[in-house]
Amino acid sequence: MSMLQVQGLKVAYGGIQAVKGIDFEVAAGEVVCLIGANGAGKSTTLKALARMVPAQGSVRYDGHDILHLPPHALVGRGLALVPEGRGVFGRLTVAENLRMGAYTRRDTPEIARDLESVFELLPRLRERQRQTAGTLSGGEQQMLAIGRALMGRPRLLLLDEPSMGLAPIMVQKVFEVIRSVSQQGMTILLVEQNARLALAIASRGYVMESGTITLTDAAATLLDDPRVREAYLGGE
Amino acid sequence: MVASSPGNNSAVLRWAGLVLVGLTLLALPFALAGVGTAWVRITNLAILFIFLSLGLNIVVGYAGLLDLGYIAFYAVGAYAYALLASPHFGLHLPFWAILPIGAAVACLFGVLLGAPTLKLRGDYLAIVTLGFGEIIRIFLNNLSSPFNITAGPQGITLIDPVRVGAITFGRTDIFVGLVFSGPVKYYYLLLLLLLAVIVINIRLQHSRIGRAWEAIREDEIAARACGINTRNIKLLAFAMGASFGGVAGGMFSAIQGFISPESFVLVESIMVLSMVVLGGMGNIWGVIAGALLLSFVPEILRYTVEPVQRAVFGRMLVEPEVIRMLLFGLALVLMMRFRPAGLFPSRLRRRELTQET
Repeated sequence: MSMLQVQGLKVAYGGIQAVKGIDFEVAAGEVVCLIGANGAGKSTTLKALARMVPAQGSVRYDGHDILHLPPHALVGRGLALVPEGRGVFGRLTVAENLRMGAYTRRDTPEIARDLESVFELLPRLRERQRQTAGTLSGGEQQMLAIGRALMGRPRLLLLDEPSMGLAPIMVQKVFEVIRSVSQQGMTILLVEQNARLALAIASRGYVMESGTITLTDAAATLLDDPRVREAYLGGE
Repeated sequence: MVASSPGNNSAVLRWAGLVLVGLTLLALPFALAGVGTAWVRITNLAILFIFLSLGLNIVVGYAGLLDLGYIAFYAVGAYAYALLASPHFGLHLPFWAILPIGAAVACLFGVLLGAPTLKLRGDYLAIVTLGFGEIIRIFLNNLSSPFNITAGPQGITLIDPVRVGAITFGRTDIFVGLVFSGPVKYYYLLLLLLLAVIVINIRLQHSRIGRAWEAIREDEIAARACGINTRNIKLLAFAMGASFGGVAGGMFSAIQGFISPESFVLVESIMVLSMVVLGGMGNIWGVIAGALLLSFVPEILRYTVEPVQRAVFGRMLVEPEVIRMLLFGLALVLMMRFRPAGLFPSRLRRRELTQET
């Protein structure tokens, strides 16, 4: 059974239909990517899943419909969003940011253990744990945002444009982190404009175009698909 | 004798300091009464302003929601007390019953303001809250007909002083050779309340709720992504802030014995906000310092400006009131130039200003 099952998802923003009824699913342990051009509705889809924007349709997570739940209730159920543009708490320290990720949890000893494993995964954050998040580089902030989401012990991680605004070298590093998170068994839904990177890391992909899903296949197949190469991988 | 370790020493010093501050605060009203009872009254008002500043600090300092109508909650608390303990309705409830009622009513008004403004931030929120403050004041001014609820601009008089057991706070008593005038008694009551208010504030700041406020102020979407119920936590900030305002208002009613809408004008809201900003938003001790400074300096000026001018120029050139506002403005400008985060910046503001990227 799939962990996340989306059917007929529609999102309207001030009169504009940004997502026009899409279906997709993510199975446990999978990395699935949603690729497409700017404004295709990818981020909106992710925000709708995280209940940040109102939506219609059916979104079943672990067999339960989550579209009527408030956003803050999702974290406790293991569904975590890493928001677009990082969204770290700038004046809190790195360690405080990470602890905020465990806000819904009350199992203090377990939180300390998870903090340790986040530091193991992201050693850079350990070095900078006393520094305020606002003083980190863009890539470090992205890693902090991922680390913070992991502190909530999610089972499904929603990543919104993790490469946005980062230097190429940092993008590589962030994707290495995503890969190792997935290797630890995490289920990931990744929204990304950088199609090549996203498809390299994902097992399956969906291509979005002006609010609808136009293509779906195994990531390797999509990488070789002439239409995808033409539109999103810059030809060749 | 065994020499104590430096850690012990500093702990002893700390306690000695606390005891010293405590004794000073206990002896203060008698020293002030020696100068003039007016100064005890001024101190009492200053403590009320500390309540207000700490309350507003929750909304502005912790949760980052700019509130320009905060004095409305002070008004609500004051009128709640006045209506329940004066000949106006013939009700004379005891003080320990009214104070919680006043806090609860103010809390309700806090939620009333908070609920429709949940999606607003910054300037937009400031305008709505400013309007809210004015609405409350105008209501108080006009709720005298067809049913006389607030007595309009005339205000409510003959409000009961606080009574605890056999002690009536409006009267002067002599106890073990010391003269306890009304204001002196109120001073001790306020000091007790102040202690409670400060403890509550410190506990709040370090609680889960305090951290949630911090997170919302930094980034609301990220806060929601961390599983924080941003709606409830923001409403809670409004409600808690308003409750402190309500308690302060109730005490104000009891101490003054008379209230009218004139005490709750926009300038008062701005004054409380200035205290919070001047002292250091988000820092309890900074906010207290700001409230004390802005309460006392104008009063000191009131009593010194005239004699100084007469001594220097032989006559009065500028009215004390004018000089007060002038110096107040100048102080704010200088503060913004040299200490933008306030006299005692909060931990976060200090970080922001000292750390380099």
